Amino acid sequence: MRIPCPYCGVRGLDEFAYLGDATLIRPDPAAPGAEAAFHDYVYLRDNPAGLHRELWQHASGCQSWLVVTRDTRTHAIGRVEVARDVAAARGSGAE
Amino acid sequence: MSQPNRLASGGLIDRTRPLAFTFDGRTYSGHPGDTLASALLANGVTLVGRSFKYHRPRGVLTAGSEEPNALVELRTGARREPNVKATVAELYAGLEASSQNRFPSLAFDLLAVNQLASPVFVAGFYYKTFMWPAKLWEKLYEPLIRRAAGLGRAAEAADPDPYEKTTAHCDVLVIGGGPAGLAAALAAGRTGARVILADEDFALGGRLIAERRELGGQSAARWADEAEAELANLPEVTVLRRTSVLGAYDGGVYGAVERVSDHLREPAPHQPRQRFWRIVAKRAVLAAGALERPIAFGGNDTPGVMFAGAVRAYLNRYGVAPGRRAVVYANNDDAARTVADLNAAGCELVAVVDARGDSPALHAAARTAGALLVFGGAVARAYGGQSVKGCEIVDARGGSFNVACDLVAVSGGWNPTIHLTTHLGGRPQWRDDLAAFAPGGTPPGMTVVGAAAGAFGLGEALAAGAQAGAEAANDCGFSGGTFDPPRADDDSGETRGLGPWRVPAKRGKAFVDFQNDVTVKDVELAAREGFRSVEHLKRYTTLGMATDQGKTANVLGLALMAEITGRSIPATGLTLTRPPFTPVALGALGGAHRAKEFKPTRLPPSHFWAEEQGAVFVETGLWMRAAYFPRAGETDWLETTIREVETVRTKVGVYDASTLGKIDVQGADAGAFLDHVYINTFSTMPIGKARYGLMLREDGIAMDDGTVARLGETHYYVTTSTAHAASVMRHLEYCRQWLFPHLDVHLSSITDQWAKYAIAGPRSRDVVAALADDGFDVSDAGLPYLGVKELTVCGGTRARLFRLSFSGEMAFELAVPARYGDALIRAIMAAGEPFGICPYGAEALSVMRIEKGHAAAAELNGQTTAADLGLGGMMSKKKDCIGKVLSQREGLADPARPRLVGFKPVDRSQRLRGGAHFVPRGAAVTAANDEGYMTSVAYSPSNGCWVGLGFLARGQERIGEIVRAVDPVRDGDVEVEVVAPVFVDPEGVRVRG
Repeated sequence: MRIPCPYCGVRGLDEFAYLGDATLIRPDPAAPGAEAAFHDYVYLRDNPAGLHRELWQHASGCQSWLVVTRDTRTHAIGRVEVARDVAAARGSGAE
Repeated sequence: MSQPNRLASGGLIDRTRPLAFTFDGRTYSGHPGDTLASALLANGVTLVGRSFKYHRPRGVLTAGSEEPNALVELRTGARREPNVKATVAELYAGLEASSQNRFPSLAFDLLAVNQLASPVFVAGFYYKTFMWPAKLWEKLYEPLIRRAAGLGRAAEAADPDPYEKTTAHCDVLVIGGGPAGLAAALAAGRTGARVILADEDFALGGRLIAERRELGGQSAARWADEAEAELANLPEVTVLRRTSVLGAYDGGVYGAVERVSDHLREPAPHQPRQRFWRIVAKRAVLAAGALERPIAFGGNDTPGVMFAGAVRAYLNRYGVAPGRRAVVYANNDDAARTVADLNAAGCELVAVVDARGDSPALHAAARTAGALLVFGGAVARAYGGQSVKGCEIVDARGGSFNVACDLVAVSGGWNPTIHLTTHLGGRPQWRDDLAAFAPGGTPPGMTVVGAAAGAFGLGEALAAGAQAGAEAANDCGFSGGTFDPPRADDDSGETRGLGPWRVPAKRGKAFVDFQNDVTVKDVELAAREGFRSVEHLKRYTTLGMATDQGKTANVLGLALMAEITGRSIPATGLTLTRPPFTPVALGALGGAHRAKEFKPTRLPPSHFWAEEQGAVFVETGLWMRAAYFPRAGETDWLETTIREVETVRTKVGVYDASTLGKIDVQGADAGAFLDHVYINTFSTMPIGKARYGLMLREDGIAMDDGTVARLGETHYYVTTSTAHAASVMRHLEYCRQWLFPHLDVHLSSITDQWAKYAIAGPRSRDVVAALADDGFDVSDAGLPYLGVKELTVCGGTRARLFRLSFSGEMAFELAVPARYGDALIRAIMAAGEPFGICPYGAEALSVMRIEKGHAAAAELNGQTTAADLGLGGMMSKKKDCIGKVLSQREGLADPARPRLVGFKPVDRSQRLRGGAHFVPRGAAVTAANDEGYMTSVAYSPSNGCWVGLGFLARGQERIGEIVRAVDPVRDGDVEVEVVAPVFVDPEGVRVRG
């Protein structure tokens, strides 16, 4: 598998570290029901057959966390975005 | 050393150079260009091995890597390799080979009696025969079976040869150097594209060098030579001979093994035995050719029964007559070439048996050769035991007669070599027009051409190869350069192998899978017993599960099952193959990454100095750390460790703490960022201070601990545990980039940039004072406990001084840029000498941290919370942090959870064991009574007894109680007293002042 890092170009799988689902958003710890929300956030995962937006880090490269769209059936890599840009755009964690 | 079956002329061998080799101790002679198989056949050796299960005599069936029969042990001693295919083993002077799976000798094999017991060894025999009593499996049945059924012996000594791995990038990867592959490589190469052509053979050409064919008015072999010469001169083309492409992977990645030195007695100096290639290709052209398939008839495994295409390869490429009196048995026109080539080589054609009706091509060839032609007939049985002496032929009317012969050339048709197309899930398509599976889906970027695509004609293979090569190069942005394939002497022969797949055998076993000894009867039995799915067939009979992955067997087995169950072949199913295409040495996959080079080794700055001191080292992750520094007269590690601990507690010691992870955190929001990731608060910590910090996983479990120092308003310095340095850095980057992208903060790993020494003990201040440059105040007022300052030492060297203690003594951590690390340890030792300094290692460090009750990896074990560790009070109530919410859920906040406490044996002379579990006194040792476990133990010189740390249910409420520490694994059962988890200086006086 090869992933095009926006900073470093197309690199082999062994340079990357996988985390998982990039559609999960860390819940607001102050909101009512935070414990249940965190439980789902930490433990519940979909297992889609098809396109999956997921977090990878170019760990043996520029250290960037990336949002990679991967087809779980074929390992075809689609869009690759810089995670920080994605997170900033949706205001993740803003307090 | 005559070679009775070597033809007088012809073949791509160097007849001027004899190569002596031995097989089973007898010396023979061959020539450069021979394989072991061709050389053995030239010498009249047809019996080369014994089969897996029945110990049947076996000869050479094929001329390629699909060979299921002629498996030998190659080389001796540490280089002995089992299951080498004689058909691909390249001959070299002094080659030593021996047959395998025979006892005591190849010609007289006692275990051939297995054949008589063959009813026992039918499909499923493992499951049926040895069902009861089950306890005899391990001691009786399995060793018995393993001795009787086997495939060679692996070397018992370590492999002495080096291997290497490499990565290559190209525009077009061409797999296979036959006509289609050469055409593709030339067409792509002439455009200037970067091309890699890989072929598993040591000579390029594929069938071009195995046939008597003409291309553009010259011999096909000559044309292949010229093509190879041109490719060698194209600067962007790399030709990899002796290189098997083993697998297709995601993203245009292909794995291949190059047998760099397997054709030599041993690798040349500085050369690997094999090289594993990871080839990254924008486009690939698969031109892997086709593999011939057998027909199942009685005794079809008798030495001397050989594929018709292989017979031609031995005649034409190697100048060897595999036999002198031949019967050709085929169901397709391709075998007409075999008849013609045998005839041209002067071999007698006894009979040509065409399984179909009369067909012009075979008919004409048989007539030219003067052979008896039997159409609509079959070879019912080959006989002769250790070599074919004749066969029984059945004619179309059912009459049968025997003929004498020493060679039966068989062709059941050809299967496109489509293995690589299936590695990413492509499903082959059955094509009635080919009577074979052709590629269905292919990996992205791959084009299949030539026989691999079911285009068996030479002309169409060349044309398709040329077109695919040019298109692949064009796709990569290359154009210009043309290649017009030469005119081929094609005929319009019928190459598809229609049935019959088998001949009803009157006598003798009819083999489907030669390597795993699976017969037609086994397939029939599987069908009778309901194992009709191809996946069940495979597992029940082991069909296709040998090291050849059923290259010659699978389609035949499938066809038989289809016939038996009255279904079509596609309805019966198919089995996909996985990498590797051919077996690969594990050494090649490992490359240079073995033994000490399996992982990199990291050396702290004091390493070479520590070596000079005679330190004993311990591996911690990638790091080599000094475990202890023995002195003359000390007899064991414990004695040394006790001395080191006592020196620190009474005088002063020094420890290299450089292996701890170090992270530089800077930015306007650095403090706020740290508040998010640690349970305690750092944004309000004054500049020049340091503090212990604990971080959690989001599930509320402790992740790692360390210290955080504030060097400036926007500048922090964080340490992590040695083992978790990389994972903590990754986690912090995740938090920074993904969870808190709005924070203005940057992180740098500076583990390797700073050397850091812990100087600990009552005299540590004296040592630091001696090192600090004039004017630096080392007094408690100048640098109080948990203070941090920048300074210069040793006459101007920039340094950082942290007043932190892990040992519980007054201590300083002195950090300098790593390049001064070696000089600094020597300076520290010199400065400390008047005060009795000694270096201490990881063992003494561990003893002292247990004596102080500091949690380490054994306590931060992925199951414990801050509260479990006794650190719950550190959790800030004013802010959120990673893991805070879930750390408060019911199960983790349960006060009855095991808590960190200390333990001492009631009988102070007794030893404690890490891993022991606690049960109440008087209670049974059952899981229900389990109240926790011991995590760390040490002999405490300060206490004169063993002490331990562990987690005990409600431990903090049970100080003074006595429980049992039970260690069933080592028969340990010690009564221990529950104590506070600190065994030295409980008031913490020593670290201050």
